[in-house]
Amino acid sequence: MSTDLTTGSARVAFYNDPKVRSIVYQVALCVAIALVVYGATTNAIDHLRRAHITSGFGFWDDPAGFDISQTLISYSSAASTYGRAFWVGLLNTLLVAGLGIVFATILGFTIGISRLSSNWLLAKFATGYVETIRNIPLLLQLLFWYNAVLKALPDTRDSIAIPGGAYLNNRGLFLPSPNFLDGFGAVLLALILGLIVAVVFHLWASKRQERTGERAPVLWVTLALVLGLPVLVFALRGFPLSFDYPQAGRFNIAGGVEVLPEFAALLFGLSIYTAAFIAEVVRAGILAVSRGQTEAAYSLGLKPGPTLRLIIVPQAMRVVVPPLTSQYLNLVKNSTLAVAIGYPDLVQVFTGTVLNQTGQAVEVVAVTMLVYLTISLVTSLAMNIYNRSVALVER
Amino acid sequence: MKRIVFLFALAAMVFAQGAAAQTLKAVKDRNILNCGANGTLAGFGLPDAQGKWTGLDVDVCRAIASAVLGDADKVKFVPLSAKDRFTALQSGEVDVLVRNTTWTSSRDTSLGLNFTGVDYYDGQGFMVRKSLKVNSALELNGASVCVQQGTTTELNLADFFRAHNMQLKSVTFATANEAVKAYDAGRCDSYTTDASGLYAERLRLANPDDHMILPEIISKEPLGPAVRHGDDQWFDVVKWVLFAMINAEELNITSKNVDEMMKSTNPDVKRFVGTEGNYGEQLGLSKDWAVKIVKLVGNYGEVFERNVGTGSPLKIDRGLNKLWNKGGIQYAPPIR
Repeated sequence: MSTDLTTGSARVAFYNDPKVRSIVYQVALCVAIALVVYGATTNAIDHLRRAHITSGFGFWDDPAGFDISQTLISYSSAASTYGRAFWVGLLNTLLVAGLGIVFATILGFTIGISRLSSNWLLAKFATGYVETIRNIPLLLQLLFWYNAVLKALPDTRDSIAIPGGAYLNNRGLFLPSPNFLDGFGAVLLALILGLIVAVVFHLWASKRQERTGERAPVLWVTLALVLGLPVLVFALRGFPLSFDYPQAGRFNIAGGVEVLPEFAALLFGLSIYTAAFIAEVVRAGILAVSRGQTEAAYSLGLKPGPTLRLIIVPQAMRVVVPPLTSQYLNLVKNSTLAVAIGYPDLVQVFTGTVLNQTGQAVEVVAVTMLVYLTISLVTSLAMNIYNRSVALVER
Repeated sequence: MKRIVFLFALAAMVFAQGAAAQTLKAVKDRNILNCGANGTLAGFGLPDAQGKWTGLDVDVCRAIASAVLGDADKVKFVPLSAKDRFTALQSGEVDVLVRNTTWTSSRDTSLGLNFTGVDYYDGQGFMVRKSLKVNSALELNGASVCVQQGTTTELNLADFFRAHNMQLKSVTFATANEAVKAYDAGRCDSYTTDASGLYAERLRLANPDDHMILPEIISKEPLGPAVRHGDDQWFDVVKWVLFAMINAEELNITSKNVDEMMKSTNPDVKRFVGTEGNYGEQLGLSKDWAVKIVKLVGNYGEVFERNVGTGSPLKIDRGLNKLWNKGGIQYAPPIR
């Protein structure tokens, strides 16, 4: 007598089989969702058509007719289209989001590590910073920075002249813009070449250190390659660089590169706000590393500085990176508050002006949502790749 | 079970076919008129300290409510910014948009709106500080100008500077409030909007006497009420309410003498007050529709003077907004 334990599931009617049921329910749910989406879309299209509201993307090639105060690519109200205005807005958003992420990370890591410092004053200052900044809504902070920046700076007629040919007033910071003359290409080539050789040298130096324990003079070599070489080429080619200096006109200062106060206020506000959150994430990551690691490092004779840099932080990064990604995405989305202070980001230019002039709310908002979704997905993809590369590989 | 019912309700909403537009019936059934208004523009649409809305556009809305519902207070004012005013009207959130909106061909067509008339003939101008010693808009080469985004103002500004080969630095803001604040703070040299708006906003600056309005009017800005496409009856109602106000001024019918005018023998007046003919019923309103407008709100001249003219802090001259037979261009077709 042998009980056959290897027969599969007991024989039941197919409509009672759990596997079949789950498949049927899932298919039914998908069909229902698809029906709802299809119905909503056709309903919307039908209503739009009945109300004689134009739909489609024909407006993309229509002339824009309005001016934008900060454009990283060439744009003119006469010749540019709504599509071009979209790209201008998108570049402005990417600029402020990119710089914001960089500054917020640097500041956030500093504050987070400071909060765990043994220096009482530093720790208390960091705690105060985090608790204050985290609890005030970002919009209020942006308005504060914008008004503080505007009120603090002098009127355009009393501009502060910065040595070097720059001016600072409440309309912006005006810097001399560089004119790249012939021969500057060689300097750029020298820079790229220097960077490549420096990276190769780093790799060779760390292999050599692993083999023999001797450290090569990495810092000096890198400086010589990345700074010294391009400067040498620059001098040899006869200094191919001239500057366009800003000149005071009747109303405004013209010429040169203009950094808008709106841009500065948005950058400060976003960086300082997000840094408070990043500081807490970093603190959590560092506290998550076992205390035994620090003690072991000290017992090996390592000072607190190198311990933090070489042992604690690399292990903390595994805990830090996923919430850090969320903070980066928050920063990108919070940059849309630029609308409140007049910085021409994507939402202000596209979902504001273009939507109002063309009246095509559905298409414009859909495109904007897609853009932010894409930016967020790319950012989180990059962060996840990094996270996986530093993950602990467990047996 | 509850989840299934909810899902069915959701599906029903999604598949619901909108009925053909019947705004007049909807307003009468609801017994309140939803009116899109400005909310921040003195003289046109602004709630006062007690929360009561006042302004030229507000009074036009009250006139519509008087004609349709018999009560000038049965209006719900929805404050709308320049950015979301059209979406609110298109989606049905408001029945009519009376929000100092310029009548243009693209708004009439591709936005799915119908403009019913002009309640204020305006034009765009510039305001500058007197200390700049500028006497004409043509001297503004290189100036920075604060402007509200999403308006014809923004487009006209770019066109004007382009046409005169002048350099422009425009600073755009989402609301007029922010634009005016930035101008007052010195962020830009000039502020531009419709001339009526300039007079209104100047009152709100820290030192109104430090600012002057330049003489150039650089565009035509006929401001008027707008309704949705596809509802001819409602279009006619809103159109003729404004025409009734203008006709009342032409016939010298005011809120003070409308009761005596009921006994008048003048044929035009008799047709206006409804003692002769059935013009009110033809519109879908009552016989005394025009009388209610004048009695509860006033004629065009009274409404103008009270809100933006000599009876208000703005003190704007009637100019183009005088009647056609008094030197202006306000002209209403006859009620007959």
